[in-house]
Amino acid sequence: MSAQVLEAPVRGALTGLLLAMADDEFVLGYWDSEWTGIAPVLEEDVAFASLAQDEIGHAQALYQLLADLEGGDPDELAYGRAPEGYRHARLLDHPRTDWAFSVARRFLYDTADAARLDALAASAYQPLAGVVAKMRREEAYHLLHMHAWVERLATGGQEPRARLVAAMERLWPDALCVLDGIEGDELLAEAGVLAEPMAAIRTRWLAGLAPELARLGLPGPPAARAGACRGPGRSDDFRWLWEQFTMVRRSDPEAVW
Amino acid sequence: MSGSTRALTREAVWEALAEVPDPEIPVVSVVDLGLVHTVELDGQRLRVELLPTFVGCPALELIRGSVAERLAGMAPVVEVEMTFAVPWTSDRITGEGRRKLRESGFAPPGPAADGAGRPLFTTIGTRPTASCPWCGSADTTLENLFGPTLCRTVFWCNRCRQPFEQFKAI
Repeated sequence: MSAQVLEAPVRGALTGLLLAMADDEFVLGYWDSEWTGIAPVLEEDVAFASLAQDEIGHAQALYQLLADLEGGDPDELAYGRAPEGYRHARLLDHPRTDWAFSVARRFLYDTADAARLDALAASAYQPLAGVVAKMRREEAYHLLHMHAWVERLATGGQEPRARLVAAMERLWPDALCVLDGIEGDELLAEAGVLAEPMAAIRTRWLAGLAPELARLGLPGPPAARAGACRGPGRSDDFRWLWEQFTMVRRSDPEAVW
Repeated sequence: MSGSTRALTREAVWEALAEVPDPEIPVVSVVDLGLVHTVELDGQRLRVELLPTFVGCPALELIRGSVAERLAGMAPVVEVEMTFAVPWTSDRITGEGRRKLRESGFAPPGPAADGAGRPLFTTIGTRPTASCPWCGSADTTLENLFGPTLCRTVFWCNRCRQPFEQFKAI
C-alpha cells in the first residue's frame, strides 16, 4: 500500500500515529543524552549515548515518512514546532531524575514500544513496514539492556530496589499513555496499517510484562490512566528540554549545515 | 581520438563498489558488508540502492557520498540512494567480509535473530555470544552491548585476557 491509495481518514490517522511515534523516540533520545558524561559508570555513558543515537535516528526516519506523506521538511518537523505542538506520550514529560527513574522509564517505554512495533511489522503501509523492520532489530538490544538493569536494581539490595519501585509507581499511569492517545487507531487496524487497535496492543503489552514483574516483585499498572495522554499541555521539564534541543536552530533558523 | 569506449558492465560497477571502504571499519568494503541492495544499469543511467546498517548511523550520508564519488563518470547519470525496502541484517556480511573482520580483531556476528518471526518481547532473555578473534576461545564475557559505534558490542576474552569487539548480530 502506498500513500496514493490511502483514503483521507486513514491517511489522517496514519499521520497522527507517525507523529506520536516520532515524537516519542525523539524526546526520549534527548532525555537519554542528558546522561552523557554523568552516567553511573563509563559503560553506561556509552550505552545511553548509543540508545539516544538510535532513538533520534528512528525519529529522523519517521519524520521523513511524515514528510513523504504530507510534504514538509523533516528537520522543520523535529525542531520547528512550539512545545505545545509535540505529541509524545506524557511518560516523556518527566526529567531524567535519578538512575533508577531513567531505567524504569526506559524499561516501561521499550516494552510498550516493542508491542507497538510488533503490531506494525506486517503493516500494509509498505514504507512504514520497511522502517519498522529495521527498528525492531535495534530495539531488541534496548530491551535486553534495560531488562538487565531492571533485574540488577530489583535484586541489588534495599536502596536500588526502593528507588526502582518508587519510580515505577510514579511512572505507571503515564506509561499507559505510550499505547494511547492515537485518534483513528480502529481505522488503521481495519485498513491493515496496524495489526490491531491500541487497546488490544496495550493488553498484549501488559500480559507480556506481567510474569516478569511478578518474578521480580515489581509494581504493576494501575486500573486506569488520568488526563490527556499526548498534550497539548506540557510540563515545565519538557519546556526546559525543548529550550535545549532547539537552541542551536533557533539561534540561526536559516543556517545551512 | 584514440582509445575505445567499452560499454559499462554490471561487473565493472561491482568491482568499483568493492573499492569503497566502510568509513568506521575501513578493512571491509560496502560489498563485504552486503550494503548494496541493487545495481541497475539502463543505457545512460546507473542507479545503485544501498541499505542502511543502522537507522541512526551517522556514517550513512558519508557512505552514500563515497559510493557516488567512486561511480561518478561511469555513466552519464549516476544515482545512489538509501532504501529501507528490505532490512539490512548482519547475515548479509559475506564470508570474505567475515574473514577480514576477524583478521583485524573484530569478532564477526553470529546469526541474526529472525526479527519478523516472533514478538520482539520474546527476545528479552537472549544474550549475544562471541569467540575471541585473537585466540579463538569461546570462553568470553559480554562487557557492554553498546560500543564505540552503534554496530559494535564489547567483549572480554577470559583466556587471553584482552578486550575485543564484535560486529553486532542484528
